[in-house]
Amino acid sequence: MTVPPSDEIAVRVYGLQKRYGDKVAVADVSFEVRRGEIFGLLGPNGSGKTTTVECVQGLRRPDGGDLSVFGLDPIADTAGVRTVVGSQLQQSALPDRMKVWEALRLFSTSRNAAGSWEKLLGEWGLAEKRNTAFGDLSGGQKQRLFVALALVGDPRLVVLDEMTTGLDPSARRLTWDLVEAVRDRGTTVILVTHFMDEAERLCDRLALLTSGRVVAQGTIPELIAGAGGRTEVRFTAEGEVGFLRGIDGVEAVDPGPGNAVTVVGTGPLLARVAHAIVERGMVPGDLRAHLPSLEDVYLDMVGDSGDGS
Amino acid sequence: MRTVAELTWLELKLLMREPLTVVFVLLLPMVILYVLNGVFGSSPADPSVWEGIGAIDFYTPSYVALVAATVGVLTVPVHLAGYREHGIIRRLRASAIPPTVLVAAHSVVAVVISAVSSAVLIMASVLGYEARLPSDWPATVGAFVLVAVAFAALGSALGALLPTARAAQGLGVLLFFVFMLLGGAGPPMEVLPDAMADIAEFLPITHAARLLRSAWLGEGWEGTAALVVAGMLVVAVVVALWRFAED
Repeated sequence: MTVPPSDEIAVRVYGLQKRYGDKVAVADVSFEVRRGEIFGLLGPNGSGKTTTVECVQGLRRPDGGDLSVFGLDPIADTAGVRTVVGSQLQQSALPDRMKVWEALRLFSTSRNAAGSWEKLLGEWGLAEKRNTAFGDLSGGQKQRLFVALALVGDPRLVVLDEMTTGLDPSARRLTWDLVEAVRDRGTTVILVTHFMDEAERLCDRLALLTSGRVVAQGTIPELIAGAGGRTEVRFTAEGEVGFLRGIDGVEAVDPGPGNAVTVVGTGPLLARVAHAIVERGMVPGDLRAHLPSLEDVYLDMVGDSGDGS
Repeated sequence: MRTVAELTWLELKLLMREPLTVVFVLLLPMVILYVLNGVFGSSPADPSVWEGIGAIDFYTPSYVALVAATVGVLTVPVHLAGYREHGIIRRLRASAIPPTVLVAAHSVVAVVISAVSSAVLIMASVLGYEARLPSDWPATVGAFVLVAVAFAALGSALGALLPTARAAQGLGVLLFFVFMLLGGAGPPMEVLPDAMADIAEFLPITHAARLLRSAWLGEGWEGTAALVVAGMLVVAVVVALWRFAED
């Protein structure tokens, strides 16, 4: 049962500001999350992602800005917001000796959803681990438990902060499946991450943060188009290639060492360049296109030195 | 309220899964009882020491105070500081379990284990060393509850102030030894040098032990001691709430 994202706004953040003493954590953040989508907050460490979602959940009091979570104000109605938001927090844990079922039961009680946890055990593949202590779970199992805990009481929004940091590659992929499964049951997801592959794989739309500001937001194709990303076509060929400058969309032709050629431009560059070369009777070797990716947009906007980790 | 009850029960179960803590809390006072009574136990009531009552009648209520203080300054802050260190407090808060609920649960657990440990201790004192049972049960139980809650609150404040479980452990052990040696559970107050006797007057354990003794011996609640213990309770609660609200 997949519920398609709608245009209805689930979360609206406008002009959010938050300082810790002299340090500005969030300078000016605005974005909108649509109901039923996975919305990403992507940015380097220290860019204000976690502070932003903590404000959305009513865990921190912002210094400025307007917030609305399903029509509720997280500052004025913290208790109300807690009932519609479930969360998986960055660097959080449970007591090592607490068993899986005990944690689920406790959180069901605190969220006034007693009885709903038995179903979550099965749904998230934890039935066999119900009597296992938190400290004895593997990294992937802990994430599954956190997702199940976030879903106690059937929240409309789930905030997942840095879910895959420290997980091995196979556990990461399984965690990604979990996130999609959460979305597919109709829950809106805000995903905080500093991994581009994760954002690219999971997010329907995302906001790119750096130094406490949103520098770009939209779907991934929108971000790439908005950043004016260039396609590069590379090949090797004998002979003069200057004629390629006349092709639609081509902006530069750089003959490199040997017979290597790099053509930079926009539009369906690979098809046009390949067509023109073949038409001339030339045989291109090792023909490849490099399309702009989220990573290019990210590095362009954030800079290579942005991520301290 | 249901969350407090659920969390309290869960924390009690978690504590039972730490055999070392349980053994420590139950056995330590017994060891001290055994050693000190080996040294002083047979001394007849002597007007120059132990406030003129027999050693065992002086020490039994003092140990009860020491048990409550030990749970307060060791068990409670080590758990709470560790919870914050590992992000457990944040985790609970995000799921509608505020630190106040956590502190309440830990305080109830502290009072319960202090009570169990004290009961074992009193039985050993009475059966093994012919100590007197309390002359005034209601006053004694009341004094015990006040003392146990006050030390649980002190522990919560320490747990709120200290950054890590390790720091809490270090300070807790230090406080435990100071409390034991100077607070009326160690050498008789009358033989302490003046400087140490002055320090002892500043320690909450001294007043807690005095309060319990006066109730135990049927002299009612000693006023100053009761005020000092209650004052510590209020200050500790304020500090704990303020610090946890900052988190």
